[in-house]
Amino acid sequence: MTTATANPLRNTSSRIQLALIGCNHRTASVELRERVAFTQKQALDAADELRRQGILEEAVVLSTCNRSELYGVAGEGGSALTEAMEEFFTSFHGLARAELAGKFYRWSGRDAIYHLYRVAAGLDSMMLGEAEILGQLRTAYGQALDHGATGPVLNRVFQGALEVGKRVRSETEVGARPMSVALAGVKLAERVFGNLKGRAALIIGAGAVAEQVVEQLRHRAIGTLQVVNRSYDRAADLAERVGGCAAPWESLETQMNQPDIIVTSTGGTGPVLTRKMLERAITARGGRPVFVVDLGVPRNVESAASGIYSLYLYNIDDLGEIVEQNKKAREAEVPRAEAIISEHIAKFETWRATLEAGSIVDDLRGRFHQQRQLLLEEKDKEMPELSPEERHRMARITEELIERVLYEPAERLRNGRGMRGRLGAVEALRHIFGLDEGK
Amino acid sequence: MTHYLGYLSLAIYAASFACYARILYVPNVWLGRVASLLLAGGIILQYYDLLERSRFIHTVPYDDLYGSMSLFAWLFAITYLVLEIFHRQHTVGAFVTLLLIAWIGGLGLLVPPQSVTPPPARGALFALHVTLITWGYAAFALSFVLSLVYLVQDSLLRSRRLNSAFWRFPALDVLDQMARSSVYLGLVLVALGVPMGLVWAHRLSGGYSWGDPKVVVTGLILVVYVAYLRLSRSAQWRGSRAALLCALNFVIVLFSYTFVNLYLTRFHRFF
Repeated sequence: MTTATANPLRNTSSRIQLALIGCNHRTASVELRERVAFTQKQALDAADELRRQGILEEAVVLSTCNRSELYGVAGEGGSALTEAMEEFFTSFHGLARAELAGKFYRWSGRDAIYHLYRVAAGLDSMMLGEAEILGQLRTAYGQALDHGATGPVLNRVFQGALEVGKRVRSETEVGARPMSVALAGVKLAERVFGNLKGRAALIIGAGAVAEQVVEQLRHRAIGTLQVVNRSYDRAADLAERVGGCAAPWESLETQMNQPDIIVTSTGGTGPVLTRKMLERAITARGGRPVFVVDLGVPRNVESAASGIYSLYLYNIDDLGEIVEQNKKAREAEVPRAEAIISEHIAKFETWRATLEAGSIVDDLRGRFHQQRQLLLEEKDKEMPELSPEERHRMARITEELIERVLYEPAERLRNGRGMRGRLGAVEALRHIFGLDEGK
Repeated sequence: MTHYLGYLSLAIYAASFACYARILYVPNVWLGRVASLLLAGGIILQYYDLLERSRFIHTVPYDDLYGSMSLFAWLFAITYLVLEIFHRQHTVGAFVTLLLIAWIGGLGLLVPPQSVTPPPARGALFALHVTLITWGYAAFALSFVLSLVYLVQDSLLRSRRLNSAFWRFPALDVLDQMARSSVYLGLVLVALGVPMGLVWAHRLSGGYSWGDPKVVVTGLILVVYVAYLRLSRSAQWRGSRAALLCALNFVIVLFSYTFVNLYLTRFHRFF
């Protein structure tokens, strides 16, 4: 008769103590975030040190420009765990604890997992639904995993987080719509041309927003990139940085015959591109459409140009409005993302409940065997007339009794169904039998 | 004759539509693949439904309205699936399958499928002629749907009313390419099908029925679609005007398929 329930926590602890401490863009200034940031090596060193000091059994450090967070699992510690982690965090970075007062959050158990899943879903990001955090999370976890800093609990938690991030982005609109003026302009151009790979773009002006658009275009492997600016040097500087070609301001009209996308963000009082100029450019292109993003204030493109057939014109206000609409649309998707998070937390809770309840059988078995041994020793003294064979039989019978008593609970735990809602009962059992005494 | 396969294919097309419609709002690569697989499944089932009908009448189902329109819907679905695979685009599927369901469902309600009698034997060449022309018309129907989607997308872009589905629609350029591919296919099929019909008629009567309204309208269809292909690459017509032209051209196809067949032609009056 076998009664042992497979328990991945056998080598760690019977009770899962998961905690998180950290700060992000909402709680800490950029100066403080810079001071508590971890390099890749520091993150692994910190995980090693935490385990060496016995503070944690498993550790993952997530450090990005917007957050520094330490996730850990300890065998023991209870409420003191976050204290110990914070103590380590401050000493690692050479900070006084007072400096972190009110700047750090501390979560444990379900709250820590909820926070991590929200991070993975992009709900805790500066820009709601941004995708970069999921890659950063994957890297941080992957490095910790390769380094051997994780264990069954953090593996389960982080794999769940990655799944949450993926599902939220594929099943909701949280990350779907562009949230910056630059990205909105490029995404709209994609609605006209499809894949922008190999297309030609003309950038008029060398301002910061134009540069953001260029960056987005480069991500999409744009073919030709021409930069025209009143100051040729600035045009050449931008062109060199982005791998494009600079052209003198005087050649602007001739440059307009080629590009599919024109981005203009130059200063001045009057329009830089008139209706006639654009009409000539489109005619020279054989009527192929042109997508114009006018980021200038005052506008760089004559308003009458919006009526040109084959021309799609968006100015900064149009794009701003689209971004605002998208922001609202993303916010409206948050409840759906939260539902996915709740689903995955429930999955983790079930897993955790099964494991924790599984450990109680082991602990009960240990306690029963201990009592059995004491009882047998007492009876040995009380009944000296028993032969060695009878004593041996009595020992076997009591052992079998313990295994029979524990068999059914172990089988129910092996199935794991409905354990999530019975964690309170498990806690009560531990208390009644004093299973945590002496640990 | 039982039509449970036809009803089953309709149900699978409906499931395919549900998946295609879902990916308009929630992007999911796998769901797109499931939608395509369901569409392919519906096509296979409808094939067996048509095959059963063909065995009964000993030719392709062209002679009765139900059979002819069912054949049209089946070829329409095949054409779309081929274009979808070629252009790697799932986002038009919702419109195409919706039309497919409406077509087959409406057909089932309006025309009792039981009323079928085998037509006079006309031979394999005639069957091939009818199939190619019907397939060509189905391809034109697809270009009509794609052009309508193009016009909606273009209108949304210009009016800046960018709803959730807008970001999932294929790009204008992709829609334009798909519509053109569909028209090219339609032209090739009709251009192949017409001579076969002429040869068959010549064998039967010793002459060519050039003056038959069906032949005249089919010639007109070829002309307007060739004109669309040429104009859609010209500076003045490129884009939404060409899409509108393509959509309007389909009115002539519908006219040919319905009014001409029913009232004008002598040689092509089947149902």
